Amino acid sequence: MTADPMMSDFHLDVLKEISNIGAGNAATSLSTLLGKAVDMKVSRVSPMPFNKITDYVGGAECTILTVFVRIEGGISGNMLFVIKIPDAQTLIRHMTGKTEDEGFSEMGLSVIHEVGNIMIGSYITALSDFLGFELNPSVPSLAMDMAGAILAFSLSEIGRSGDTAIVIDGALSVDGGPLSEEGGSHIFLLPDPESFGTIFQALGVAHHGDR
Amino acid sequence: MATVRVGIAESGVVLNPNSISTLGLGSCVGVTLYDERRKIGGMVHVMLPSTELAKGENFNRSKFADSAVPDLLNQMIKSGADQRRLVAKLAGGAQMFNLGNGTDPLLKIGARNVEACKKALAALKITIVAEDTGGSWGRTVELFCETGLLEVRAIGRTKTHI
Repeated sequence: MTADPMMSDFHLDVLKEISNIGAGNAATSLSTLLGKAVDMKVSRVSPMPFNKITDYVGGAECTILTVFVRIEGGISGNMLFVIKIPDAQTLIRHMTGKTEDEGFSEMGLSVIHEVGNIMIGSYITALSDFLGFELNPSVPSLAMDMAGAILAFSLSEIGRSGDTAIVIDGALSVDGGPLSEEGGSHIFLLPDPESFGTIFQALGVAHHGDR
Repeated sequence: MATVRVGIAESGVVLNPNSISTLGLGSCVGVTLYDERRKIGGMVHVMLPSTELAKGENFNRSKFADSAVPDLLNQMIKSGADQRRLVAKLAGGAQMFNLGNGTDPLLKIGARNVEACKKALAALKITIVAEDTGGSWGRTVELFCETGLLEVRAIGRTKTHI
């Protein structure tokens, strides 16, 4: 199965459930770290053309901070913790009590790096337990740059098969509200197209809806 | 003056007095062709180096260097450009993340994209007159048909014209 825009609603719901489990676990870890109630709302599981994905996070030139992890193993794909500047500032303030300007201090950047690392790590652990696969994450890497530059790179592998990706997205909220008015934080799971079949197979729903 | 926007794995050709741009090139490469006498400019946003990487028969030719560059040349010729006068400029091909050794070669895609675009241009005997490639940062580029200058913008860096 590929990242087919015609993937059934049933299969999209299955992916939503996976995201609930992964993002829920990530939220719990962050909650422990912050000592505050953190929730992860699964805002979207849908096929999106590449150029729409950049619009979705605020436009190709919007500055974002991203922690990127490549997953190999039972399934393969990319995971991204994406956070816009105002949300990152709020998160750093929650963690350190310090206010950051748009340049970000070394300290501020390492907070985001660590938060991304922990959230992606716990997401992957939950995913691995749920699917029963061993998943090997790469070393997490942080970048602050234009959304277009970061996302297009993250979509390279998927680009081999088409111009659309199934975006599995969770949005972060702390103490019942988004981090900033913009609501600019996401945890994206971008499985390689071949991995969808493997996921559905593992859950015994690969042939759901076939005649 | 109007600006034509080129998205990921898309291409376009514009005439004077217009410009053509693409936003947020990371590991992708923006290839531009320019005919100085007729002031025709073209751009393609290349995402991957080779059609050999494509899975399936029906792929978007503007995505892969080896099909995107010849296709852009054809578009330029159709718009009245003369192949012998065309010069190329390149921007992008950055490595956005540092993921250590032993990872998938696809993660070093930026450098491979640049190399493949150069190879495709060489095969068509088109000279590269300027480039701003590599590094670890994203770039937005805009080609002005009036002058043939390529403006390169990046976060926290001075805007340049190459």
